[in-house]
Amino acid sequence: MILCSMFDARSLENSKEKLVFSVIILGLVLAPLFLSDFRINLLGKFIAYAILAIGLDLIWGFTGILSLGHGVFFGLGAYCMAMYLKLEAANGKLPDFMSWSGLEGLPWFWKPFSNSIFALVMAILVPSILAFFIGFLTFKNRIRGVYFSILSQALAIIFVTLFIGQQAYTGGTNGLTNYKSILGSALSNGSTKLVLYYISIGILVLVYVFCSVLVKRRLGRILVAIRDGENRVRFSGYNPTTYKIFVYCLSAGIAGLAGAIFVPQVGIISPAEMGIVPSIEMIIWVAIGGRGTLIGAVIGAILVNALKSGISESFPDVWSYFIGLAFIFIVLFMPNGIVGLAKKITRKVSKQALHTNH
Amino acid sequence: MGTYILQIFNGISVSSILMLAALGLAITFGLMKVINMAHGEFIMIGAYVTYLVQNLFIHLDKSLFGLYFVLAIPASFVVAAFIGFVLEGTVIRHLYNRPLDSILATWGVSLVLQQLARSIFGAPNVDVKSPGWLEGGLVLHQGLQLPYKRLFIIALVITCILGMFVLLYKSKTGRRIRAVMQNREMAESMGINTRRVDAYTFAIGSGLAGIAGCALTLLGSIGSTLGTNYIVDTFMVVVLGGVGKLIGTVAGGLFIGTANTTLEFYTNTSLAKVLVFLLIITFLQWRPKGLFNISSRSLDE
Repeated sequence: MILCSMFDARSLENSKEKLVFSVIILGLVLAPLFLSDFRINLLGKFIAYAILAIGLDLIWGFTGILSLGHGVFFGLGAYCMAMYLKLEAANGKLPDFMSWSGLEGLPWFWKPFSNSIFALVMAILVPSILAFFIGFLTFKNRIRGVYFSILSQALAIIFVTLFIGQQAYTGGTNGLTNYKSILGSALSNGSTKLVLYYISIGILVLVYVFCSVLVKRRLGRILVAIRDGENRVRFSGYNPTTYKIFVYCLSAGIAGLAGAIFVPQVGIISPAEMGIVPSIEMIIWVAIGGRGTLIGAVIGAILVNALKSGISESFPDVWSYFIGLAFIFIVLFMPNGIVGLAKKITRKVSKQALHTNH
Repeated sequence: MGTYILQIFNGISVSSILMLAALGLAITFGLMKVINMAHGEFIMIGAYVTYLVQNLFIHLDKSLFGLYFVLAIPASFVVAAFIGFVLEGTVIRHLYNRPLDSILATWGVSLVLQQLARSIFGAPNVDVKSPGWLEGGLVLHQGLQLPYKRLFIIALVITCILGMFVLLYKSKTGRRIRAVMQNREMAESMGINTRRVDAYTFAIGSGLAGIAGCALTLLGSIGSTLGTNYIVDTFMVVVLGGVGKLIGTVAGGLFIGTANTTLEFYTNTSLAKVLVFLLIITFLQWRPKGLFNISSRSLDE
């Protein structure tokens, strides 16, 4: 009986989540009717961030692994896409920054990126492969908790120095920018922008549905079990390492995909996007929205970034204080974020309703 | 030959600052299982205190200017330790045994402290003029000169490490700290006030970071992001050296500092960083808990 009602509560929460997600998607779809092109462009960027946040939530909210280097995976995906855009803009010639750096011909690893499909596949594969190696080398040795977090943070700083250092191949500090067209249609065109915006909404829906199916299955329960008691999972006959590596790769792949969506809309990718600071800011999106619920990640990413562009446009100093204090406040007093708070309130309200009925 | 000696010297010099910065971090992490991302900002606080002390001496009495640095060292320790004490009492104490959450909350603290520094001292970097007696260097032979500043820093770090050694292993306070580190519940039932131990250990750790900041003013100009540049390397020292033992911090700092400068000498800065990271990952394959750690039978540590 109790079990029954528990399942009821769970399915109720699931259906509520679906409803909220549908409302968000509906809002995003209708947004171009009300907002200026500039705002829609920003919103497209936030959608890319929301996709990344879903992946990050899978690994942090569900599995309890705090990765402080997700900017790297996002950046790698973005760079893969940017290489394609850059080659299309160069139109068979050498990209501008390469000739400035004194390169004679196109490096071999740049060549296949003139194919858009290849670039998109690589945007997902390259981050996943990197995550596989890092995950294999750390999780297998049971390096976990803060040790993993610190190593993942070091990963971020290393990639930034590497990308800045290899200017001839990566464009250095400036990154890759000045794209002209995607698949032949000009990026400055309003309709191209709109199509890109709707494509990113579509991908957000796909990623969300895929991940919510995933976490509802047995795999999702094992991930949560790893978060709550890794050793018990191991003693129950599962190998947490395999699951952790898998979820790390998946999360990195989603981050790469988000990067690939980010680049054509924003028009630039530079090492600054993959450093320590953006990587840790991604965590706060998930934390504010509510870790451990996919809807929380989506809400957090869109909300925090909307706030950021709102506040830092007019008061850049205030933003630092705000985000800093938000970090402290959320962790100390609202560990389950906005979604956790909403759940608490609805539970209280329904309890009160129950009392008054009696 | 001369260049090699200079390389080794530079390596040791870089290592010494890393050691000083990592010392407090390793102890607080070992004791409270709290990762303090704002540790770098205590370095910054120490540096700005030095800047203030210098300005004070310029305004009050120029004839005693050479002495300001001697006063700046204890001043930066005390101020950083005090702010650390306050931080521990307000934020950190809610985060015990929540290491992942502590990373996030203290990152928030570091953002606030950085912005505060920018609001107070302005965004551009400020310079600290080193005292006259630290100019110049020890000439070993023609073309090989060891700067007094770096020698002074090395001496300062050795003094701090010795001080910590005496405090941790030869004093009653240290015995309490080590007891809490090894088994908190047991220490508590033996009548140790663990809350107080935590508070002053955290303050000491922050104070040490303050001294590191004071030392850094000798090497370059200071700004609000001074700490951020060091924090990752500092954490790597802790990961490599292991938690809770002085010798681990010393060994970790020495390894990362010299490996960085040596590899930079043979390759370049960006490649050296990658190689050092790979070395550390490879090393952790062999000893996942770092070089030295307190052995424990606890499963989830």
